[in-house]
Amino acid sequence: MFEVVSNEILAENLHKMVLVAPRIAKARKAGQFVMVRLAQGEERIPLTIGDADPAAGTITLFIQAIGASTRKIVSTPVGGFIRDVAGPLGKETHITNWGRVVCVGGGVGTAVLFPLVKALAEAGNEITTIIGGRSERYVILADELGALSKNLLITTEDGSLGYKGFVTGPLSEMIADPARAPQAVFAVGPVPMMKAVANLTREPGIETIVSLNPIMIDGTGMCGGCRVQVGSETKFACVDGPEFDAHLVDFDGLSDRLTSYRKEEAARHAAEGCKLAKEVAK
Amino acid sequence: MSNDLSPKERMAIDRVHMPELPADERSTNFEEVNLGLSADQALSEAQRCLQCKTRNCVAGCPVGVSIPEFIDALACDDLPKAAKILRGDNALPAVCGRVCPQETQCEALCVRGKKGDAVAIGYLERYVADWAMLHPDRLLKEAKPEATGKSVAVVGCGPAGLTAAGELARMGHQVTIFEALHDTGGVLRYGIPEFRLPKEIIDREVAVLAELGVTIECNVIIGKTLTVAELSEDYDAVFIANGAGLPTMLNIPGENLKGVYAANEFLTRVNLMEAGRREDSATPILQRDEVAVIGGGNTAMDCVRTARRLGAKRAMIIYRRGEAEMPARIEEIKHAKEEGVEFIMLTAPLAIVGTEDGWVSALRCQKMELGPADDSGRRRPQPVADSEFDIPAGIVINAVGTNANPLLTATAPDLKLNKWGNVVADEEGQTSIPGVFAGGDIVRGGATVILAMGDGKRAAAAIDQYLKR
Ligand SMILES: Cc1cc2nc3c(=O)[nH]c(=O)nc-3n(C[C@H](O)[C@H](O)[C@H](O)COP(=O)(O)OP(=O)(O)OC[C@H]3O[C@@H](n4cnc5c(N)ncnc54)[C@H](O)[C@@H]3O)c2cc1C
Ligand SMILES: Cc1cc2nc3c(=O)[nH]c(=O)nc-3n(C[C@H](O)[C@H](O)[C@H](O)COP(=O)(O)OP(=O)(O)OC[C@H]3O[C@@H](n4cnc5c(N)ncnc54)[C@H](O)[C@@H]3O)c2cc1C
Ligand code: SF4
Ligand code: SF4
Ligand code: FES
Repeated sequence: MFEVVSNEILAENLHKMVLVAPRIAKARKAGQFVMVRLAQGEERIPLTIGDADPAAGTITLFIQAIGASTRKIVSTPVGGFIRDVAGPLGKETHITNWGRVVCVGGGVGTAVLFPLVKALAEAGNEITTIIGGRSERYVILADELGALSKNLLITTEDGSLGYKGFVTGPLSEMIADPARAPQAVFAVGPVPMMKAVANLTREPGIETIVSLNPIMIDGTGMCGGCRVQVGSETKFACVDGPEFDAHLVDFDGLSDRLTSYRKEEAARHAAEGCKLAKEVAK
Repeated sequence: MSNDLSPKERMAIDRVHMPELPADERSTNFEEVNLGLSADQALSEAQRCLQCKTRNCVAGCPVGVSIPEFIDALACDDLPKAAKILRGDNALPAVCGRVCPQETQCEALCVRGKKGDAVAIGYLERYVADWAMLHPDRLLKEAKPEATGKSVAVVGCGPAGLTAAGELARMGHQVTIFEALHDTGGVLRYGIPEFRLPKEIIDREVAVLAELGVTIECNVIIGKTLTVAELSEDYDAVFIANGAGLPTMLNIPGENLKGVYAANEFLTRVNLMEAGRREDSATPILQRDEVAVIGGGNTAMDCVRTARRLGAKRAMIIYRRGEAEMPARIEEIKHAKEEGVEFIMLTAPLAIVGTEDGWVSALRCQKMELGPADDSGRRRPQPVADSEFDIPAGIVINAVGTNANPLLTATAPDLKLNKWGNVVADEEGQTSIPGVFAGGDIVRGGATVILAMGDGKRAAAAIDQYLKR
């Protein structure tokens, strides 16, 4: 059992949750995640370790409540418990001083990006962070990331905040300008975003790393469910990743596999919606 | 009651039939298929044993269960004694009585099998173990061992780890098991389905360990949360029993289509996460009318029978050799057939064919024929020219095997591995690191429950010696 010691709402549906998990806090490195199961009968889902305090024995998770499991997890109150938290899993980010680095985050990916930006900043990189969202409401962690970056750029599809358009807009401008072109790019977010970033950096040959988000069950390399095609090889994202060379990833394959349970999830949402509706009716 | 029939009277008794749920009923639910013997059946079967001085059967059992002795106690209706004898040799008799391949082990060497049917040793073992679980108050009490003050860390809560932990605790050592998943049992929990091995049995075995003072810490991944080196520092000895959980890929086109599962994923979803078994399970599982399972072992049988229970109209086994070469237990094959599973033999997969939107639609296969025997003594399958054909399928499950999982060994550079990544250990389980022992599937590759248990038992004895040095 893992106690929740704080649970803040940072933005609509985005929670910052701190848990007591001393062993994980001590062992974890940037880029790693935990497998979380709220209670008996619930799903196991992967969540990035956003931050950790080894002295206090706590880890921080940034959780975007987008579906049944994440919604239940974020509704655990302070003083409440999460039954299972296992980790740290996955490979740690390869951190070095590249010089100029652009970190691109979209949606929940922005939360996953946070520990990478922190580690890259600690290694002395000059960081430009670009966060994208559909509209202002979906832009998260701007203050936290801004504090770690030299520049922070925000893009929204409807122009309600920052640049109007996609993250690729400011990124391609930077690439085109020799004085600002990055030596490395980290991108985490929806698959189409990561794919677009990879396409931008491929030709100029800028090293680009993405953190992939396939569906996972065990997170320990046992089930093979999280497999992704990287170059000519099949990789298990939970043990070989989750970070990979963006120029080798089969993004279309990943997108497609992520839809495997769409029908089943919709049915579950409908069922839970019904339950809720009935309770309200009472 | 005494067990003093004449050999002739014993020979006149026929082997019992295990009562089973009717096939049409059980193929739609996850209830245990084998119902267990009645008291009369067990007694009659026990009387079939000739109490041979040569004890051939014992030589067939990897842990040397005192078979004639426990059967004699059973025939004398002294169940507490039978239970005690069994427990002394085998830490998980209720499990072994259900899943051991008895027909190739103890029962294969039973004298009565030479002419007619072997004594149903597995059924009797199950009977005694189940009785013991229902009558804890009538069991002969175990004396609490004196604490030695030594501590042992066990990695993995499968049969090897559970056995070693029990043995070591009975010797008075303080034992902690570290398990990566959120629950106990290893393959017994996430691999072998409920209809063959009810999970309640694992819970009871685990409760026995807890009573002995064993601590079980789930959600601890050795190699990630803690390393082997850290365990060596904090404990006087370490036993590694993390199994062989890494699926072997088929490496054929179409393997990443939606609806293609590795056996471990399919079984874990259903067994560990209760997908499709409990209405309120949050973990989803796909259900399709046509399910093709590739492989011929126990894992393949478990997958195909599970698929049938989840509603598949055509649940198929695709195997590249013939039925006689299938490594699965005879009983599993028989049960699968009764449940309407189709066996498509001498057929090898070439590719998985998909629809435009990325779902599996068929398994492309090739006919095979058996050529001369290979190294393993089995006849090698060879492709038949121009014999390609498609088997329509909405789900394809790859059950061809597993490899050693490198998660633990990746952070234990001093631990010697063989070329397949299995930990190298001697007869007693000693690895290349002093004080670190290993056993079960991580050493042997995919083997059996009882071999893993045998390793756990031998390693426990070796660890005890090591701690006394
Ligand atoms: C290595 C890794 C690290 C992650 N880190 C974080 C994190 O720090 N914070 C966070 O909020 N989320 C993170 N995620 C994503 C998170 O695991 C999913 O959002 C979660 O599993 C969805 O579960 P659910 O039941 O709430 O939603 P569901 O009802 O299962 O899904 C809701 C919607 O999200 C899609 N979806 C399902 N699984 C995923 C997935 N793995 N990734 C993206 N979309 C998915 C579904 O197709 C559906 O459209 C991470 C994923 C991975 C693989
Ligand atoms: C589907 C299926 C059906 C089978 N049917 C039969 C049968 O009918 N009869 C039979 O005799 N055998 C059968 N077998 C084989 C048998 O189950 C195995 O040989 C046996 O379970 C091996 O035991 P083990 O203790 O070595 O490993 P496992 O049972 O694999 O247990 C290992 C445990 O270690 C945990 N672990 C892994 N890595 C770590 C880590 N890094 N840190 C901490 N914990 C870790 C795992 O989660 C697991 O719980 C079957 C196997 C499968 C897959
Ligand atoms: S443990 Fe297995 S092999 Fe040994 S006697 Fe029992 S059923 Fe037979
Ligand atoms: S070989 Fe068969 S008949 Fe003889 S003691 Fe063993 S079980 Fe009994
Ligand atoms: S989640 Fe099971 S192998 Fe990666």
